[in-house]
Amino acid sequence: MAKSESGIKKQLETGLKKQKQKKYVLHLYVAGLSPRSQKAIENIKKVCDEYLKGRYELAIQDIYQNPILAKNGQILGAPTLIKEFPLPLRRFVGDMSNIERLLVGLNLRSKE
Amino acid sequence: MAKPNNMATVATSDLPKALTGIQGLDEITFGGLPKGRPTLICGGPGCGKTLLAMEFLCRGALQYNEPGVFMAFEEKEQDLVENFSSLGFDLKSLVKHKKLAIDYVYIERSEIEETGEYDLEGLFVRLAAAIDSIGAKRVVLDTIEALFSGFSNTSILRAELRRLFRWLKDKGVTAIITGEKGEKLLTKHGLEEYVADCVISLDNRVNEQIATRRLKIIKYRGSRHGTNEYPFLISDNGISVFPMTSLLLASAVSSERISSGIKSLDEMLGNKGYFKGSAILVSGSAGSGKTSFGAQFVDYVCRNGQRALCFAFEESEGQLSRNMKSIGINLKRWIDKGLLKIAANRATLCGLEMHLVMAHTAVKEFKPDVVVIDPITTLIGSGLADDAKAMIARLIDFLKNDGITILATDLNLMADKGDAAEIGISSLCDTWMKLSMETQGYKRMRRITIIKSRGMKHGHETKDLIITDNGLEIKDIPGLREDVR
Repeated sequence: MAKSESGIKKQLETGLKKQKQKKYVLHLYVAGLSPRSQKAIENIKKVCDEYLKGRYELAIQDIYQNPILAKNGQILGAPTLIKEFPLPLRRFVGDMSNIERLLVGLNLRSKE
Repeated sequence: MAKPNNMATVATSDLPKALTGIQGLDEITFGGLPKGRPTLICGGPGCGKTLLAMEFLCRGALQYNEPGVFMAFEEKEQDLVENFSSLGFDLKSLVKHKKLAIDYVYIERSEIEETGEYDLEGLFVRLAAAIDSIGAKRVVLDTIEALFSGFSNTSILRAELRRLFRWLKDKGVTAIITGEKGEKLLTKHGLEEYVADCVISLDNRVNEQIATRRLKIIKYRGSRHGTNEYPFLISDNGISVFPMTSLLLASAVSSERISSGIKSLDEMLGNKGYFKGSAILVSGSAGSGKTSFGAQFVDYVCRNGQRALCFAFEESEGQLSRNMKSIGINLKRWIDKGLLKIAANRATLCGLEMHLVMAHTAVKEFKPDVVVIDPITTLIGSGLADDAKAMIARLIDFLKNDGITILATDLNLMADKGDAAEIGISSLCDTWMKLSMETQGYKRMRRITIIKSRGMKHGHETKDLIITDNGLEIKDIPGLREDVR
């Protein structure tokens, strides 16, 4: 009994390790430097530093300056954060103030 | 584009309008949609919203040099290109020549997580970029309600929609917003609340197994508009709306005469024949010679180099020309010469509106001097009697308006019904003749009587109608019966 329990634990740990080793590719699309955009940038940077230190790539794009990005990236809401990698692709719309939801969506915290 | 009829020329409006180029729609809106403002088009699935919107853009680009942006929330660009190529619109080339920009908006609820405050600036940026890329004057959002399936925060969405429509107005683009029909509201999410200038509703109704598409202008702020429901058709050339119920009794009247093709009948009709551009009804029981009567007229018309169009609801083209050959009328040679066109189909093929539309299209294409409808009464079978009467009235009015002489036959099952023709179409006609069969000894004889003929002196005798190898002949009834009436 105890043995199998520890086996599961081990599996979970390695899984978590794997998860932790995955590199994140994130794109944040903002519409100008509005207070909302700045808030989103701040929040996502904070999350990255805290949970993804050393294994993330964060690109910030301004759709005002480069409108074609909005079309190509299928952006509707602003700000939008796209998790390009690891798959599956996810979109986060908002100023990222709901950190909890962001973490769950990024697979950095399991749903409670 | 449809030629403007007397309706359109009456239009005096200060409100600037953008012509849609869609047949009939510009007439019932008195000049098109409100220029520089959004119009809402709502209706159930498959009622032609996307088509109407796209046609508005294509015709705008091609006919009025107003490029357009199509924001598709439902169909991918490739799907749109394929769907519309069957309707004769080459979207690819329009896009290539910078007359049209298509932006497909992908919304997938499961991919979207809302994490705080947001707006729809991305949509605005894309729309602005698309408008600027081709200098668009027209915009279609099909259908913006898809946003509601992707985002859950409706208060943000509503605020953003309000902002979007204001923004569209500021941009000065003429826009069409489509919306799915809702249960209580015109659209599922009450878009009519934001687009208040012009609302058009489409629907596709089935009545006795026959579907008819209809269009209605629910509101048009600052402009008058037709208030009826108008039937419309989706054909190879896109949408055609038929505003025929609005026709007035104002057709130009001709005092020119046209021969009936039977000399002795002309003698009965004031020695000259029918009035040109009048409606002639020939009633009679089965086998009384109605079709032959019509064929003789057609033959005469074509012989004089005029054009005749024949709507045959009972016989096919081949059958008709074969049968008429037996009485010495060669219809085929007129068909070959291009003077005669026989449009044969079953009355139950489609709804009345569709028949009307088809007749309209055929008349416009062929430009006949004479139209023969054989028999007009079968149309009653494909709709309700009241509808049929209204439809026949519209058809006759439309033809008269164009100065076309109409000869309609009417299958009268009970020959002795007298003056009460089934649905009172006789009152729509100027000349009414009755063919009957009378038994004389062992023989059944065909007889013809002129019941009325407006505006001329006409004979009141019942005469013999004889079908010979060389067409029809009318003779006095020999013997005693001559002076019965």
